Amino acid sequence: MAKITYITSDAKVHEIEVQNGLTVMEGAVQNDVPGIDADCGGGMACATCHVYVKEDWFNKLPKKEDGEEDMLDMAFEPKPNSRLSCQIIVSDDLDGLEVNIPSKQA
Amino acid sequence: MNKTDALIIGAGPTGLFTAHQLNLIGLSCEVVDNLDKIGGQCIELYPDKPIYDIPAVPECTGEQLTNNLINQLKPFDIKFHLNQRVEEVKRDNENWIVKTNSGTIFLTPNVIIAGGVGSFEPRKFSPKECEKFENKSLFYSVKDKKIFEGKTVAIFGGGDSALDWAVELSKKSKVNLIHRRDEFRGAEATVSKMHALVKEGKINLFTKYQMTSVKGNGQLESIDIKNDEDEIKNIKTDYALGFFGLIMQLGPIANWGLNIDKKTIEVDTEKFETNQKGIYAVGDICNYPGKLKLILSGFHEGALAARACFKLARPNEKYRFEFTTTSTNLLKRLGKKE
Repeated sequence: MAKITYITSDAKVHEIEVQNGLTVMEGAVQNDVPGIDADCGGGMACATCHVYVKEDWFNKLPKKEDGEEDMLDMAFEPKPNSRLSCQIIVSDDLDGLEVNIPSKQA
Repeated sequence: MNKTDALIIGAGPTGLFTAHQLNLIGLSCEVVDNLDKIGGQCIELYPDKPIYDIPAVPECTGEQLTNNLINQLKPFDIKFHLNQRVEEVKRDNENWIVKTNSGTIFLTPNVIIAGGVGSFEPRKFSPKECEKFENKSLFYSVKDKKIFEGKTVAIFGGGDSALDWAVELSKKSKVNLIHRRDEFRGAEATVSKMHALVKEGKINLFTKYQMTSVKGNGQLESIDIKNDEDEIKNIKTDYALGFFGLIMQLGPIANWGLNIDKKTIEVDTEKFETNQKGIYAVGDICNYPGKLKLILSGFHEGALAARACFKLARPNEKYRFEFTTTSTNLLKRLGKKE
């Protein structure tokens, strides 16, 4: 289990205990955190589960796999700290992770 | 007006197999899809990605699955209406009148929504003001390249569409190519060609920049682009083109009086009918307790919805369940028996 903090664009804070093995995207969708669409269901094919990760955490996360950066080209307002939340797998190491959800996914 | 026993919205795998099931039991159908090709997400999002969980098909790509489904429809005469989006579904006594954005009209007792996550639309620029210039001096596809001759064009994106158009338009226009990072995901040959044109001074390249605002009065005059260090550049331009791929939007489906929750349509699990009689939803777009968003589930849902259509399309006949291995009727429809 890890506590993941999702901050929506209206600055609302959603603290969710997410089971290990789920993705950060699934943690949001299963707990009704708004703003993550995940249209393709986690296939790294749509860039609608886009989140911003605070710098200290960004560098701690496992690196992006091939293809994630390509998909981020299509995300709404990508930044250097952008990630696709379907590609971040929750583990104890991620306890305390904070992600910001953009105002729109497209 | 096109009269048909059932209209299928969506030509993805679920829509295609549903068409097969309808024709097999002797019903006619037509299919509408907003994409310019058959196959839905399989062909648009992952044509080359292997799929491993189609029953009895150990491995196939999205494209192979689509081609196999199209082959399976060969015995039947099914009309596809591509590049069209269904805008309106209205009741007319026992029928539904369905209108597309190209003006095609259908009259049918059965509408089967196999729309996945919605219709594919181009992803747009983030500044809201861009809407004012859309289809006048700001585009997400090129219909007539002549309008750009002798003009300045700002092209955004890092994939094949952006690169192909940057290379092509650089022949007769002043091209500024803007992309959010140094790497391009387009084909290697096109990327090299673009870099060669940048060296020759035919294309101005701005990487690590994104659009922040557009300016102009009726016609686009300039755009602001900003990099990760918050430096802003103003570029004079007559046109802007954005190539950020496609996104799925539920679109007009939301206005048809259906019970929609989290972008999916509630159905029963007997007929896959919605709260509206004669409108069904199958595949990723439908929702019921235990729903799995798998292609195989879509096939099952389509098969049952097709049987439900029979009742409304042939109110005076009784549907009889038959196997393709033994039924002369079905074998005739499949062209396997005279």
